[in-house]
Amino acid sequence: MPAPQPVEATKVSSLPPAGRRAEPFLRGRRRETGDRVFKAAMLLCGLAVLATLVLIVYELTLRSGPSWHAFGFKFFAGHDWDPVNEHFGALPFVYGTLVSSFLALLIAVPLSIGVAVFTTEMCPKALRGPLSFFVELLAAIPSVVYGLWAIFVLVPILSNYVEPFLARTLGWSGFFDGPPYGISMLAAGIILAIMIIPIISSITREVLMVVPQHQREAALALGATRWEMIRVGVLRNARAGIMGGIILGLGRALGETMAVTMVIGNRPEIAKSLFAPGYTMASVLANEFSEATGDVYLSALIEIGLALFLVTIVVNALARLLVWTVTRGQPSRANA
Amino acid sequence: MPETIKSSALHTVAPIALRRRITDHVMTGVAVLTVILVLAPLFAIFAYLVYRGVGSINWAFLTQTPKPVGEAGGGMANAIVGSGFILALASILGVPVGVGAGIYLAEYGRNRFGDVIRFTADVLNGVPSIVIGIVAYAIVVLTQKHFSALAGGVALAIMMIPTITRTTEEMLLLVPQALREAAYGLGIPRWRTTLSITLRTATSGVITGIMLAFARVAGETAPLLFTAFGNQFWNLRVNEPTAALPLQIFNYAISPYDEWHRQAWAGALVLIILIVTAVSAVRFAVRRGTFGAA
Repeated sequence: MPAPQPVEATKVSSLPPAGRRAEPFLRGRRRETGDRVFKAAMLLCGLAVLATLVLIVYELTLRSGPSWHAFGFKFFAGHDWDPVNEHFGALPFVYGTLVSSFLALLIAVPLSIGVAVFTTEMCPKALRGPLSFFVELLAAIPSVVYGLWAIFVLVPILSNYVEPFLARTLGWSGFFDGPPYGISMLAAGIILAIMIIPIISSITREVLMVVPQHQREAALALGATRWEMIRVGVLRNARAGIMGGIILGLGRALGETMAVTMVIGNRPEIAKSLFAPGYTMASVLANEFSEATGDVYLSALIEIGLALFLVTIVVNALARLLVWTVTRGQPSRANA
Repeated sequence: MPETIKSSALHTVAPIALRRRITDHVMTGVAVLTVILVLAPLFAIFAYLVYRGVGSINWAFLTQTPKPVGEAGGGMANAIVGSGFILALASILGVPVGVGAGIYLAEYGRNRFGDVIRFTADVLNGVPSIVIGIVAYAIVVLTQKHFSALAGGVALAIMMIPTITRTTEEMLLLVPQALREAAYGLGIPRWRTTLSITLRTATSGVITGIMLAFARVAGETAPLLFTAFGNQFWNLRVNEPTAALPLQIFNYAISPYDEWHRQAWAGALVLIILIVTAVSAVRFAVRRGTFGAA
């Protein structure tokens, strides 16, 4: 807060009528200083936001240098993660991150769209508020609590019921193969799905709500049933925004750490079966960063962090752009 | 003549309409099913939390520090207080910057440069928390040469800023332009108008944003792993490693001891109660506040 505040305050509230002629000039100059100081201070805060991002990029790039020099692009193609011999390849982590995130999307997308459609188009008005409140409550649960629940509830259910069932029915595909321990890529995908549903469904809901009402009315007037109206009049119009929500959910899933670390098994291997344990980029950071000894080991981990950062930036920027074009770019679709 | 046309039309239309109506009902059913499938884990998590947590919360849990492995009893008092301490540090660092940046965007940032900062804040919001942890480690821990509460506070502050910035901006923009003009008309300088008129009017909304950011980082574990690090004992010094509730839950959850599992559930229940109370209080306040409807 700028220093001249008290002086200005008294000046403003107790304007002496006699000094009116001299005042404006003085006040004008002081006001200018006050305004300038205030604007500068606020600008500084704004710059701090910018600086934070720059600092993140700088620190990550600088400190991942040794690993980059040692391994180059091969870092992301190598299978070995061998801290003892200082040989590092990040492919198993990249694989684990991608597979667990896409598995999460596979489960979460239909569910989230269903919930969003139900809350905006189908359910009674009175139910709308509570329903979206409950779904948003899912977003308020901390990652570590999801992990705790997953370890003691989800994983036993998976290993006792779901995984044996999947092995019996779909075991031939090779994706559901091997011993059903519960701790697996599948568990990570499911817990991630539960965590990203609130994001995707709340954005989808927002996007559905900005679809112009006359689109719905037009579809109904043509004799469409409610579902046809939703499909043709609503969902088709909101495609770009829904895609944005999905990509935003993907961004969250890629960077999610704790819950995944607790159930994925943390083994740097690439397996076709979803029953096998895996490892993600975020989990390896969580598990090994504070114990990493040696510059190359630490910088290899930071390079994983840098990769994770760049991927989530691209994914988030893409998502923001898509959502913005739908919710803010009204003029372009005003005549649609 | 007209009657025959009508009846034949009815005959050809009716079977299709039936199929369409069935599809309509099926899709409604599917939508209801998705809602049930989404809400089921929510209720399962809360039910199990209460079931496992309530039995484990007792006076010792809330007032004692952790006991060594094998000894019954002990609690997470130091972690609860430690979390509060780290969150206080994060708020002291993050709230002024976040609100300031929000004011800048709303009052001076209607231009290209403002768009850059706006976009930066959105991008920053999506950076994985574990990456923020690495950066806080690089900036604070490596310079101090040891883990500290301050490093944890810095990490959480970085996570709070973008949320606070964007909600503050949105709330300030809801304040009618006429109010600002009235203040200028009275000869009040611009900075004072912003602070005493605009910000004052939007207070409830701005506080909502701060509380949401607070609730979001209160349960964060990943950025604290190698910043605040955790501690088995009391610590209220800025430069020492500090226990935090989410960290303690994590360490106990992945341990092989039943007693620690029990305490992890109790800790999770305490954490959830704190967060849900904050979020519901905010929703309640917003609904009653002036700008809730806007």
